[in-house]
Amino acid sequence: MTGIQDAIFFICTFLSVYVQVFFLLTFLQNRKKILIRNGETKLSAYPAVTIAVPSFNEEETVENTLLSLLNLNYPKDKIKIFLIDDGSTDGTLDVMRKFENYPNIKVFHKENGGKATALNLGLEHADTEFFACLDSDSIADSESLVRLMSYFERDQTVMAVVPAIIVCNVKSIIQKVQRVEYNMSVYIKKMLSFLGAIHVTPGPLAVFKMKVFHDLGPYRGAHNSEDMEIAYRMQKHHYKIEHCNDAYVYTNIPPTVFKLYKQRVRWIYGFINNTIDYRKIFFRKEYGNFSIFTVPSGIISIITATYIFCIMLYNILYFFYSNIIQYKDLGFLDKISSFDPFFIQTSSFVFISIFLYCLVVFSVILGQKIVNGKFKISLEILYSYLVLGIVAPFWLMKAIYNTILHKRPEWK
Amino acid sequence: MNNEIDWKKYLIVFLITIGLFLTASYLSNYFGNKKIDQLKLIQDKISIDILSSETQFSLLSELSCKNISDSIYSPELGELGNKLEWSQNNLGSTEEVSYLKKYYSLLQIKDYLLAKKISERCGVKSAFVLYFYTTADNCSECEKQGLVLTSLHEKYPELRVYSFDYSIDVSAVKALISIYKIKDTELPAVVLDDELLTGYHDIDELDLKVKKSFKLQETKPDLKPKSAR
Repeated sequence: MTGIQDAIFFICTFLSVYVQVFFLLTFLQNRKKILIRNGETKLSAYPAVTIAVPSFNEEETVENTLLSLLNLNYPKDKIKIFLIDDGSTDGTLDVMRKFENYPNIKVFHKENGGKATALNLGLEHADTEFFACLDSDSIADSESLVRLMSYFERDQTVMAVVPAIIVCNVKSIIQKVQRVEYNMSVYIKKMLSFLGAIHVTPGPLAVFKMKVFHDLGPYRGAHNSEDMEIAYRMQKHHYKIEHCNDAYVYTNIPPTVFKLYKQRVRWIYGFINNTIDYRKIFFRKEYGNFSIFTVPSGIISIITATYIFCIMLYNILYFFYSNIIQYKDLGFLDKISSFDPFFIQTSSFVFISIFLYCLVVFSVILGQKIVNGKFKISLEILYSYLVLGIVAPFWLMKAIYNTILHKRPEWK
Repeated sequence: MNNEIDWKKYLIVFLITIGLFLTASYLSNYFGNKKIDQLKLIQDKISIDILSSETQFSLLSELSCKNISDSIYSPELGELGNKLEWSQNNLGSTEEVSYLKKYYSLLQIKDYLLAKKISERCGVKSAFVLYFYTTADNCSECEKQGLVLTSLHEKYPELRVYSFDYSIDVSAVKALISIYKIKDTELPAVVLDDELLTGYHDIDELDLKVKKSFKLQETKPDLKPKSAR
């Protein structure tokens, strides 16, 4: 490696290790505050909640989503369910209409306009103190809502609470990889909530005080990532977002690499573009850790993953190129000599990479522990980040490319 | 909302991260030193081997050429060369590696002189290649030449290849360079049977020359002592 490459690699790895150590220290400082409840949770009062379920061509999953809402451990007269069909071309609306007779369910149909427009339709008709959104590919655990609501009861300054998202129907290797990633995501979200720095209020059952929308306005298109934009807007106005680690929402995840790629291009594109839109609030101490830590660490991870991937790709291509040239020039290839431990690389970069890998694996384990109090080291934990290291740079680079060309990725 | 930034925590994390990097650097140095120790060990073994061979050779008048077994050659010499080259590329050109490389060059010359003497005295079929390369600038021809010679050595184990860094500061190597009048602009340079070949030479060309060298040796009168004493 040249000196410049070494320097960039050093900076990237230093900042990546810094981010992981920061999370770990946050965990050690707050570990006693992490609550995992068993059994039924009770509240002193049950405020009314509107749960909007926006759907676009989800005929296969929407029924289970609705059934899970009907099964919530929360007084039925305190829940209003809005089923919003966003111009589906399949049988989604027919499935929704089967539930029309329930007194607390309302079905809406509108022209296709994107998730933000569907949610805004729900907001227009909502008259409750709280508003939640549940994606129609997700299933809410019966205790999820009451546990989420307990955070509002405990702290009046909380303006939104996000749940722990757990993957379900895991079959393929790429889904196993995502399961590990989601576990780590629970850990990261929890740590960010301790720092007051959550940057996304995701579709699977984030609950808001209606005041948020009254004060800050409805959802925005926001590069097809309205759940991130509303969180950025809340952070800008110092509205507190909490994470409830024992409120479980099960979500279906893309079964193939290509579908995952499309989903992630949209997410990363949303992150980059919302970050650009809100650039004025970064590195400003009045916006707290969100401004100084969350967004910069997201940018660092995109740059590091892309850079390391490019270097590795260059080395692999160079290896093949030099072998082809060698074969062309010499008529034979250099034989691979027998294994000798002497030739194992022991540079400091190798050890730093091992430290970073261990910190990431530890994060996944802590994520498992935060979700259900137990953890298990499995093979998928060990290989997942290697697989992600290979595939993730493709969607990172595509999202960067789309941003440069102002090309918005499709929703589906 | 808690928007206060705990700067002390940012500083502590920074110090912990520095600590992790220093630990990585320490571990790297530790294993690097272990490797250098391993190189020294191999070098000592070769040194003893050569000394032993020289002593054995001095006693040749007392011995039969039969007793000059294959073990007289140090098989570790090639291994040491590879490891030194790897160390120079990966451990950085530390003073210790440079020193070991100088020592290695001397050991090669000693081995060359001894092997040549034994070959002449006992008629052992062998050919010798002195190969001069440079690491000063990116010499792709040198890399190719090195691979050709390695391949030839694998094909003919009797072919002994000694490689020398042209710019190494060892008077014995400088003497070899002046004996064969090698110029730094003509690298890579190969000396095969006292014939100087400059620039890159492909495997077929060198293969022919090596075979010719072996053939010449077969036609030479038998120099072996008639009988053991």
